[in-house]
Formats: sequence, C-alpha cells, structure tokens
Amino acid sequence: MAQSHIAAADDAELHFYVADEHGHAEGGTMLGFWLYLMSDCLIFAILFATYGVLGRNYAAGPSGADLFDLKLVAVNTSMLLFSSITYGFAMLEMEKGDQRMTQRWLAVTGAFGLCFIGLELYEFAHLIHEGATPQRSAFLSSFFTLVGTHGLHVTFGLIWLVTLMVQVHQRGLIQANRRRLMCLSMFWHFLDVIWIGVFTFVYLMGSLS
Amino acid sequence: MNSEPNPIEAYPHWWRLLFGRFTLESLPLHEPIVVVTFLAVAVGGLAVLGLVTRYKLWGVLWRDWFTSVDHKKIGIMYMVLGLVMLLRGFADAVLMRSQQAIAHGGSDGFLPPHHYDQIFTAHGVIMIFFVAMPLVTGLMNYVVPLQIGARDVAFPFLNNFSFWMTTGGVVLTMMSLFIGEFAATGWLAYPPLSNIAYSPSVGVDYYIWALQIAGIGTTLSGVNLIATIVKMRAPGMSMMKMPVFTWTSLCTNILIVASFPVLGAVLALLTLDRYVGTNFFTNDLGGNPMMYVNLIWIWGHPEVYILVLPAFGIFSEVTSTFSGKRLFGYASMVYATVVITILSYLVWLHHFFTMGSGASVNSFFGITTMIISIPTGAKIFNWLFTMYRGRIRFDLPMMWTVAFMLTFVVGGMTGVLLAVPPADFVLHNSLFLVAHFHNVIIGGVLFGLFAGIYYWWPKAFGFRLDPFWGKVSFWCWVVGFWVAFMPLYILGLMGVTRRMSSFEGTSLQPFFIVAAFGAALIACGIAAMIVQFAVSILRREQLRDLTGDPWGGRTLEWATSSPPPEYNFAFTPMVHDGDAWWDMKSRGYKRPLEGYKAIHMPKGTGAGVIISAIATVFGIAMVWHVWWLAAISFVGAIAAVITHTFNYDRDTYIPADEVARTEAERTRTLALVKA
Repeated sequence: MAQSHIAAADDAELHFYVADEHGHAEGGTMLGFWLYLMSDCLIFAILFATYGVLGRNYAAGPSGADLFDLKLVAVNTSMLLFSSITYGFAMLEMEKGDQRMTQRWLAVTGAFGLCFIGLELYEFAHLIHEGATPQRSAFLSSFFTLVGTHGLHVTFGLIWLVTLMVQVHQRGLIQANRRRLMCLSMFWHFLDVIWIGVFTFVYLMGSLS
Repeated sequence: MNSEPNPIEAYPHWWRLLFGRFTLESLPLHEPIVVVTFLAVAVGGLAVLGLVTRYKLWGVLWRDWFTSVDHKKIGIMYMVLGLVMLLRGFADAVLMRSQQAIAHGGSDGFLPPHHYDQIFTAHGVIMIFFVAMPLVTGLMNYVVPLQIGARDVAFPFLNNFSFWMTTGGVVLTMMSLFIGEFAATGWLAYPPLSNIAYSPSVGVDYYIWALQIAGIGTTLSGVNLIATIVKMRAPGMSMMKMPVFTWTSLCTNILIVASFPVLGAVLALLTLDRYVGTNFFTNDLGGNPMMYVNLIWIWGHPEVYILVLPAFGIFSEVTSTFSGKRLFGYASMVYATVVITILSYLVWLHHFFTMGSGASVNSFFGITTMIISIPTGAKIFNWLFTMYRGRIRFDLPMMWTVAFMLTFVVGGMTGVLLAVPPADFVLHNSLFLVAHFHNVIIGGVLFGLFAGIYYWWPKAFGFRLDPFWGKVSFWCWVVGFWVAFMPLYILGLMGVTRRMSSFEGTSLQPFFIVAAFGAALIACGIAAMIVQFAVSILRREQLRDLTGDPWGGRTLEWATSSPPPEYNFAFTPMVHDGDAWWDMKSRGYKRPLEGYKAIHMPKGTGAGVIISAIATVFGIAMVWHVWWLAAISFVGAIAAVITHTFNYDRDTYIPADEVARTEAERTRTLALVKA
C-alpha cells in the first residue's frame, strides 16, 4: 500500500486522494514468492498422495525394504540439512552487510547441495542398475518421480544460487539482490522441509515393510 | 488417421533424427474439411499480416502492446485472444451439432468418428482454457487494479509473461488442427485411453503440452493478482470495503493458485507414462487410472468456480450500478463467495460417483455438492433484493444480468439433481449432464463475461457499444441457448449418452434438429456481436463518453478518464466507503488540478514474448519427439530467464509535467462536457 499521510479524521475536511506520495512501497515480492512456494508445495502434495496410493503396488517387484540403503540416505539428508544451516549463515552475513562472507557461505551451501544431488544420482543409478527402474512398478514410478522432482528443484536452486552469486559479485548487496537472496532462502528451506517429508514417508516408512 | 500402420517406418534414419516422428502423412491433406479450413485460415492470416505490414503497425504492436507491461493493455490482449478462440470453439460446436442432426438411421453424417472425437475434445479444451480463462483473466487484469486504486499489478513483467504463455498454449492447440491431430479422448483425457497404448499418436501430447504451458501462465497470473489485491489497495480500502468484483477475483485467484499446480502435476505424471513408460495410470504393473480421474477433478471442480466467481462479481457490480443502489447484503455476498471457494474443494468426487467408492463416500460428496447451492442461492437473492425498489435501467449489461439469473437458476437446479448419487447413476455421461454444464457455463460464465464486456468497454475505449446490435445479439444468444440445450436435457433423461457421432434409428433426430437450430441462433448472436463491434468502432464519435463515468458508476475505475491514462490515477485515491466513487461524488469531491508529481512506472520488456516463444518451441519439439530441438529450447528457455534477471533497469518515471499535461487535457474535456 502506498505510504501516505492519511488525513486526520477531521470530518470537516475529508481527503479523497494522497497528495504527498513517497514512492513505491515494496513488499509484494515476499508475499508473491511465498504464494508461489505454496503452489509448489501442492505439486509435492500431489506426488506424496500418488506415492501414498501407489507406493505399495510392487507388481511382484522389489519393495522399499529391499532397495533403500538408509546409511546413504542419512548422509544425503545431512548434506541437505547442513546446506540449510549454511544458507542461514549466509543470510546473517548479508544482514551485517559483509559481502565476502555472504559469498563464502553461499558457496559452501552450493557445495553441500551438489553433494546431495551427486549422492541422489548415485542412488538412482544404482537402483536402475539393479533393475529397479521407474518402469518396473507403480511403486517405483511414484518413488522416482517424487524423489526426482525434489532433486530437480534442488538442481534449479543450485543454478539460481550460482546466478545470484554472480549478481552479488557484480552489484554487491543492493536492495534488489537482498530481496532475491531472501527468495532463494525461502526456496532452499522449503526444499529442506519437503525432504524431511520424503525421508520420513518414503525412506523410513518404506524400509519398515 | 492413426489407424494405418505407422508411416514413420518408411522414413530414413536422418529424417527421424531431424524431424522426430513428423512425416508428410502428418499433414491431413486427405481430409477435405481440414484442408478448406486451413486455406481459409491461411488466407485470412495472410490478409491480417499484410494489412499490419501495409499500415506499418509492427512497430506499434511490438512496442505498445506485445512488450507492454501495462495491466490494461495485457487485459485487452487477453480479451482479444479469448474472443478469437470463441470463434474456433464455436466452429467445433457447429460441426458437432450438424453432425448429430444428420447422422441418424444409417447415415454416418459428414464426420468420421475419429475426427468427431477430436472435435469434441478440442471444443471442451478450447472453450474452458482458451476462451473462458483468457476472458476472465483479461477482465480481472483490466479492472482489478483500477478498482483498488493501484497503478499496475504487483508483478507487471510476470503479467506480460503469463499472457504469452497462455498464447503459447493456444498456438499448440491451433497447430494440432493442421499438423498432426488433437487428442480424441474427451477434454480431460482420461487414461487408460489417453495413455500411450491406446493413443499412440501426437494428439494427447499436443493436449498435454498446450495445457502445461498455458497452465504455468495461469498459475503465475493467479499469484500476481493475489499479491496485487492484498498489497496494493488504496489507503482506506479495508478488505470489507473492497468492491465485490475484486473480492470474487481474489477468491478466484486463490483457487487458481491452489488448483492449477494439481493440473500441472497430474499432466506431468501422464507425460511420464507416455514418454518414459512409467506406470502411474496404466492397467498393469500396479498403475491405477482412477488416480488420474481423482487428481484431475481436484483441479477440475475448483476450475468451475474459478470461472464463475468473477462472473458473480460482475453481476454484483452491474446490478448495483444499474439499480442505482448500494449492493444488498455486501457482507453476506463476501461470505458466500468465501464459502463457495472453500466448498469447491470438497466436491470433486461428484464427477465420478459411478467409480464405485461406496455409499458413504458418495453421500459425503453428494451432500457437500448440494450445500454449495446455499451460498449461491444467497447471492441470487442478494441481487434480487438489490433490484427491489431500485431505479433499474435496462442497458445491455443489466439485460445480460437478468438473462443470467433466469438461466443460471435452472442450471443450478439440474446441478442439485445430478448431485443426488442414485440419480447420477442414471444421468452420468448423458446429454442431461452436457445440458447442465452448458447451462451453468454459458448462462453463468459467458453471460457474465458479456455483461462485463458491455459494462467496461466504455472504460477501456472511451465509447459505448452500439445498443441496437447489442440487443440483436442478446436475443439471438439467449433464445438460441434455450433452444439448443433444452432438447439435450430431454434426450439425456431418455438415456442418450454424450460423445456419440451417429445414432441408430431416427426417433431422436427431431430433438437434435431443434438443438442444431438453436446453435444456428447462437451463430446469429455471435455474428451480431461482431457487427456490433464493427459498427461501434465506426460510429465511435456518436457513442463517445467523455466523462469517464457513463453508467453512474460506484467504484473507483469510474473515477478516472476513459480510457485511463497509463498511470491510472494522477493521485492515489483515498477510500472512505465501500462504494468509493459514489461516496466521492455524493460528498462533493473536487478533482485536484495541481501539485502533480513524477509517477513511478514499470518498463516494458520483450523478455515475456521471447521466453514464451522458446517454451512453445519446446512444446512442439516434445510433441513430435524432436529431441535435439527440445534440448536446445529447454536450455534456451532457462538461459533466457537467467539473462532477464540480469536486467536491473526495470522502472521508469513519468515526468510531472507530462502528468500535468495529460490531466490538463482531462480538465478541458470535463469542462466541455459540463458546458
């Protein structure tokens, strides 16, 4: 909403317009991005629901208990959780206005993210090598799609991260870049939350059976 | 078309690398109807392109329209898109009505079944996604920022991008008419029919990518308008002082953001089934086709309300303006809208009671469905009470509103009938259902959009639409609607199912002939509408409105000139009442004549057109399995987005003296009107 002097509630003189306007108030971006995240959350909700319905349809193929290597997934999960912490550190440095340290923590975040993607790709390759392909059963279709969609998001997050690091390098921690870093921060933590869901419902509960 | 052995086998390897599964046989040269259509479209298209070149309009179009981020221009472009696609969607309707009027008693009509199947699929897809959605989005885009006293939407570039993504979907759908084929599955493409085993051709892929690309645009425009309404209202405009159209727009956009991602996700799963060979919706290896039906209706039912809520908003504005009264029961109207928004998520299963989920589940969804009629009924009564003792003026917007009330009530009642699960077991997939949803979508959404177009046209262009041709169009449309769809109710009750391309015996034929006659009347209505636009543009000087407030309006969009200046309001209005402009007028508001300041505005950019064009190429490449092009365009689209983020120079100022000049012009005009 525009910054304004709202007329004093002096009934004698009602004001019908803002005579003295002080530029544009920003603030829609965070709300807009949050709304986008909620729409993204719905996509994951659908994938979770699909996994919930189809996740036990093994079609005489392997089940989660046969396939999942919990140690690998634990390492993988810690990579993503660490990356969220380091992103938090980057944001703290941004608040202080320390561009160099912000960039460093962003780089560390990116490195953790890359490890996560690397391990996920390794896991996928291993499963496919064992014949547990997405085509094998509805369980594996929904497993690969849910986990893969999350991985794809992290990949796009990494591309975004690199882009932002270049932009911060070029223009410093200006208002526009701070806003962008805030958006990526929300995105990154959001992916963390989704992963906790994946870890719990897919891997832990899948290993139980 | 796809019944013969796959012709791609005969092509050399390099051809397949280069063109994927496109072959010369993909061009429907053996279908005379399509060839003639193609020639007509090509000649017409070339004529338009020639005229644009002749009058050197390319520069103007590109600078002032295609790359514009002005919400008013984007709104108008959406309207043009929707009206053009209405002609295409209606052409499909005419083909179906004539086929069904002819194909009785051994006659196969003029459309082979495979072609007929594509036509009813295309008709549904086009009417919902590329007629109703653009028209609704266009009106919201144009009107909402003006109604809340804002200068643009929250994300102007995203707005332009959304429009071009929708256009990308249109391009794919139209392309399928001439290159390859469209889905022959019905408008929601249920598997297993739509899966690769039963629809191996490009039709379903055109469907998937057209909706996927347009859907991204729609979702983003939903995010955009929510942020606009929540964050950019004029000072003093609390939520309960928002105009009702803005309220219904808010709820519609919430529905868009909360449902279109579901459509995107479920189409992506179908895509994986078709392209990768996964087993989400297959019949074997654990797949479950009903999963698709559930998921797509979780999008599909809210979609109905996405379309009709803005129409309800339009009727509210029109009723109160043309009755010269404050809207009756504003608060109850808002609550009814919100309740409908929530309930629209709790009814999706009524689209497939026959799935066999059992009595308890069906009862739950039957009851929630019936409950929706309560807030909707409250709205109807609110409009009636607004009219009661009002000084009603029967201008065209009001005529459409009255026609809506009479028509929609019938559609609503047949809806409640269908909500009774045992009745639905009889009526499921019958022409009764077809008549019902046309009854609510034409009688509700389309009549509302027409009311909106007539109501806000003077705002957008500065002159009214010609009332004579408007009335011709109105009567042809309304009578045509009743004549076209009442026979379908009767046929449906007699047990006739939908999507039939021919009928044995001739006992049903009279009903279909009546229905076809109704379609002909509607065609006259559309023709009269086109004549009306042409006549109004030619006679615009006689129809001119200089006041900016031709109807005695009540909300803020009427406070500024028609058409509004680029910045909408020289000073941001301050709101003290729900009917803000009415309040200003009645309390002796005086237009400020000095003290103008430079106005901060967003800058136009070609990025939206470019990124959407690349996305469309990606869609085409995916449809035809041209993998090299798909890879290049995918990377290209990402690169284009990243490049766009490196542009930090996104706004501009309209200098104070330019604002002063524009406003002085307006002051002279208003003095002229008074004199």
